[in-house]
Amino acid sequence: MFRRVFIANRGVVARRIVRACSELGVESVAAYSDLDRAAPHVAEATASARLPGYRAADTYVNIERVIAAAKSAGADALHPGYGFLAENPDFASRVAAAGIAFIGPAPDAIRTFGEKTGARRHMEQAGFPVAPGSELIEDERALSAAARRIGWPVMLKPAAGGGGIGMRVARSEAELVAAFASAKALAQGAFGNAAVYLEALLPNPRHIELQMLGDGERVRCVGERECSVQRRHQKVIEEAPAPGVRSGHLADIGERAVAALEATGYTSLGTVETLLAKRRFAFLEVNTRLQVEHGVTEEVTGLDLVQLQIRLAAGERLDELLPPERAPLGGCALAEVVNDSEPVGQQLRSNCRRARKGAQAPARFAVQARIYAEDSRRMLPSTGTLSAYRPPRLTGVRVEAGYAEGQAMTPYYDPLLAKVIGTGATRELAIGRTLVGVKAFEIRGVDTNRDLLQAILRHPDFLAGKVHTGWLESRLKAAPAPAGAPLLL
Amino acid sequence: MARVQIESEVTGNVWKVEVAAGDAVQEGDVLIILESMKMEIPVEAPEAGKVAELLVAPEDSVEEDQVVAVIETA
Repeated sequence: MFRRVFIANRGVVARRIVRACSELGVESVAAYSDLDRAAPHVAEATASARLPGYRAADTYVNIERVIAAAKSAGADALHPGYGFLAENPDFASRVAAAGIAFIGPAPDAIRTFGEKTGARRHMEQAGFPVAPGSELIEDERALSAAARRIGWPVMLKPAAGGGGIGMRVARSEAELVAAFASAKALAQGAFGNAAVYLEALLPNPRHIELQMLGDGERVRCVGERECSVQRRHQKVIEEAPAPGVRSGHLADIGERAVAALEATGYTSLGTVETLLAKRRFAFLEVNTRLQVEHGVTEEVTGLDLVQLQIRLAAGERLDELLPPERAPLGGCALAEVVNDSEPVGQQLRSNCRRARKGAQAPARFAVQARIYAEDSRRMLPSTGTLSAYRPPRLTGVRVEAGYAEGQAMTPYYDPLLAKVIGTGATRELAIGRTLVGVKAFEIRGVDTNRDLLQAILRHPDFLAGKVHTGWLESRLKAAPAPAGAPLLL
Repeated sequence: MARVQIESEVTGNVWKVEVAAGDAVQEGDVLIILESMKMEIPVEAPEAGKVAELLVAPEDSVEEDQVVAVIETA
């Protein structure tokens, strides 16, 4: 096991990694910019390292400075968290070249899945379903030919992109040609690479993703999550299991995902994202890192994914870390419980006895709401000083809080204030607990999306498990709330 | 001829300036793109006219309600 892990991140995820390190008996070094000196992750880590400056480019994404700080802190491993440098293959190689273990997959895997047409090709060859699409589009002639072959509508996507940034939809040849130049400019601006490709736009898809773990030889899928409540392609609410998807269907796609990652010798935590439309799965992308919504899988499986990620990076094998039986999808808990919270542990063990006897019912449900610093009506980020920031302590509610009272939300970093994860033996209970947790979280000094989250968690479509990735935006468009009035969707 | 002051809706940084002083613009044209909390926030022309003044440059920081450009309308 490592002796000292350097955390090249901030906020909610940095605190989560500090906690995992402490539980593993490993020292942690919190990196911090000049704006984050008073952040809780700095106080909780066993040591800290200043990254001078405040812009991300000078601090958390500055490869030279991050590696220099990790070296002088005497770290033997580095955790990149999510965002910032987490999916930068050059960073991963340079960390390794500095003699520090990168807690993530090999740079080659990050590169393979980072280039989206290559990722599509790899998945298709491995037998994973992909939506009709193109290779990289060089010019307008290739563009039109590819679109005619795929069929309308199509989506122009940046090849070096991901996370839904910089995509454009075209419903006709004229729209497509008009969107081509701006899509390339957008891709260049956001990812430093103007390459774009086409993919079929699926009708009202659900976003279903698979949590994968690999040790270089074997890969396991430990469950699925549904993340269909999105806005501007950013996830707002996530849950596990995915409501109403047949377990056989999930088991099949899970096995295909295992085969596709095993073919690359995948060595860490990763997520295979898919879209489910008209009962068919289609590949979306592979995220070669920990995800913001990992907590819902932890709550339904009893696994600690961050600890597992660190232990895999330290060379432990999956068969030592996970129980031998195939991980049942559909939210059924795994046999061994890493989590030591006793009531949950007991419940999981009895669930697993049921599962071994062939019981089909999912055992545990979890729903995560992301609290963002934003004005939900005007869709604008909100900056300011947190004059109140008081996470609730409630039964069946896990809170991942990244800030402390008195800290400022600045324009320099992302707007995620906290995550609230409600759990329970039924989906209804998990949703209710999430709602109560969101409501009870006292935050003042910035606008937040708590009213929007409550409106979603009460909405009949969401309660019925019948939402798709365009649902939230279409509801907001259909029912705009005037300033001061409650959001009703 | 009326001068219309255009204000930033957020605290953030200027990412791109899409027009130059003297340019003719239509209602809804993007003048400036701001960046805040990893989101792009376009500043659009509220009506058609000519760009009279651009008061910010890329990488400048801006406050909420700060005037970032002035347009002369016909």
